[in-house]
Amino acid sequence: MSQAAFSQKGFNQQLKKYYALYTGGFLAFIILLAIAEQMGLPRKYIGYTFLIATIGLYAMIGVMSRTVEVAEYYVAGRRVPAFFNGMATGADWMSAASFIGMAGTLYLAGFDGLAFVMGWTGGYVLVALFLAPYLRKFGQFTIPDFLGARYGGNIARSIGVFAAILCSFVYVVAQIYGVGLITSRFTGLEFGVGVFVGLGGILVCSFLGGMRAVTWTQVAQYIILIIAYLTPVIWLGVKHTGIPVPQVAYGPVLAKVGELEKKLTADPKEQEVRKIFKDRADAANAALKDPAKAYADNKAKLEQNVNNLKAANAPADQVAAAEKALAGYAQDVDAAKAQWNKDKGGAARAAAPRPHAEPYAGKDEAARDSARLNFIGIVFCMMFGTAALPHILMRYYTTPSVREARRSVFWSLFFIFLLYFTAPCLAVLAKFEVYTNLVGSQFAALPAWAAAWQTVDATLLSITDVNKDGIVQLAEIVIGGDLIVLMTPEIAGLPYVVSGLVAAGGLAAALSTADGLLLTIANALSHDVYYKMIDPSATTSRRVTVSKILLLVVALIAAYVTSLKPGNILFLVGAAFSLAASAFFPALVLGVFWKRANKIGAITGMLAGLGVCFYYMSTTYPFLRDLFGITRPIAEYMWFGLNPISAGMFGLPIGMATIIVVSLLTPAPSKQVQDFVEHVRYPVLKGSTYSTQAT
Amino acid sequence: MELSDKHQEYWRKNLVVTAILMAIWFIATFVEAWFARDLNSINFLGFPLGFYMSAQGSLVIYVVIIGFYAWYMNKLDNEYGVQEEDEK
Repeated sequence: MSQAAFSQKGFNQQLKKYYALYTGGFLAFIILLAIAEQMGLPRKYIGYTFLIATIGLYAMIGVMSRTVEVAEYYVAGRRVPAFFNGMATGADWMSAASFIGMAGTLYLAGFDGLAFVMGWTGGYVLVALFLAPYLRKFGQFTIPDFLGARYGGNIARSIGVFAAILCSFVYVVAQIYGVGLITSRFTGLEFGVGVFVGLGGILVCSFLGGMRAVTWTQVAQYIILIIAYLTPVIWLGVKHTGIPVPQVAYGPVLAKVGELEKKLTADPKEQEVRKIFKDRADAANAALKDPAKAYADNKAKLEQNVNNLKAANAPADQVAAAEKALAGYAQDVDAAKAQWNKDKGGAARAAAPRPHAEPYAGKDEAARDSARLNFIGIVFCMMFGTAALPHILMRYYTTPSVREARRSVFWSLFFIFLLYFTAPCLAVLAKFEVYTNLVGSQFAALPAWAAAWQTVDATLLSITDVNKDGIVQLAEIVIGGDLIVLMTPEIAGLPYVVSGLVAAGGLAAALSTADGLLLTIANALSHDVYYKMIDPSATTSRRVTVSKILLLVVALIAAYVTSLKPGNILFLVGAAFSLAASAFFPALVLGVFWKRANKIGAITGMLAGLGVCFYYMSTTYPFLRDLFGITRPIAEYMWFGLNPISAGMFGLPIGMATIIVVSLLTPAPSKQVQDFVEHVRYPVLKGSTYSTQAT
Repeated sequence: MELSDKHQEYWRKNLVVTAILMAIWFIATFVEAWFARDLNSINFLGFPLGFYMSAQGSLVIYVVIIGFYAWYMNKLDNEYGVQEEDEK
């Protein structure tokens, strides 16, 4: 397509036509599958059809968008209209954690989970007001590009590259994990194999066409994921409220959930089950004080029991039962310890259900205040992290103009909002269904979906008759957060086709985010390190080739790390946000809004932000503490009782203060840098000869 | 280059609107979260207000803030002659 013949308006029209056709086609595909299901198509084939059809579709778009041009590969030719860039950003942004995990977190944590909902949407206000229009005016390829241009030289750029890779890599591992999880559920493949199959799906989108291919597949993925998310909730909402906009109408359901919580707290059978868990936990705590002695005592007691029965000539079945209890007892101290630790963890189940809508529940005022501070800490870090994650900021390089960049942030948040605005409502509706349909039902006659999920994976759903009364009590149910979204279609009694759709939506969410992240890492390496620092005379085709190879290498490393199953994915995601907020936000924003910020200030500020953030995490997060061999109690390292996930709450202000103080103590930046700042502040500055737009 | 008074004024107006919108953002986020427990005693559409604000209300405010900023700045660009060429 030659530049002269290209018309932005015509392109826009064409895109609208294509994606309208695509959406219609996708809906027709769902309806056809639904009809096939009614005619008796087995469930397994519905799952396969969704998997193959959607990945095939992404591959097709990926191949059609292949390119060897630099501007196409890095920034999709800078002609993505605001509306479509909004959808692509939405898909880029919403990961498996948002799609599958968010409603589950809200189900489990109630009000306190809303910190993520607020943080992951409110951050876009910062993107819109402080970053997107200015980065678009700057108009190059990566975020380290901006740092390099504004703060001169390769040091600021290198720190930017390091931070971009650090937070994107941590984040991409979580995405590939999600892809592997869904693929293996879908197809019954082993997790490790699922990771690499899913990786194939990720690479077909990005390998040949870079940002251009990723953008157009992300738009397609957004459409699938939002249809998949809204369908079951609206269905369930109509069932309970009679209004197809459950997001404003679920108030009465929330009130009913509140009444049920009170009833369940006072219910004697519930109390009985909770007491059993408490007793077990207490016994385990006592035993863990001296495991060797407790193990020997317990074992001796069981042996004594057998001997007593035998000596008393008890009936054979009693002796057999006592012998079985002895044989079934833990083989050694370690096995007994593992069981006690598990029982100790069961203490959480001894608590009454917490009121869903109550903010910052706690046993006393101090605990409540601490919960509130941590809520605010998470909101703060998620917001500023959002406004600093390179894979999101990069998207605003792809719009045709500054004006479109501003509009594009609006569309981005709008499309993201559709999902986050729905998640709290989904959590409440699911809770109501569980409290009314599952709690109080007979163990002999569990709802079909509950029985089915329990056999799939016991960590997702387990219901055990703890007090042996044959009736399900709330305290007897353990629900994994990841299950809420996946089981909603079945709770609502929707056909299996909708379950397949939801899984396809989850896959779309994970694939699209993984693609955006991989591209960010590969671009930082190929553009910032290879082209800008190692070989500035490289030809354009060579730059694109290097980028493609690096993409492949990074993807394989990430998949390998994922297949090792590093624990605590949620913490890693949170850490990525805190690190990004501390490293990038102050340098980027002061770079535009404060001409006086200089090179030394930025370098020391970024290092200070990253350093403080990392120091706080490594002294308060158990995994890192073990890694660095820190043994003094966590409490000594905690500042204001903030959890390690909110480390950015210290890193960001310290980073910002460092830039300001160091800049003021050192000479002002050159006239040229000040011209640069003016250049990015105005969409068009007539008379300025300055140009930073890269093609 | 030297900026004209008009350019200076454009940037000042940008800073003012940014500051006002940030204040609204701050109230909708942190002030709201701080007083969530007290807000919960108010009933809104059948919801406790503190809960509804965090779950839905503040999100709506964010969308409106960004929409307003895009509209206002794009208008300001035209008034101060710093707008980009019309799309082809």
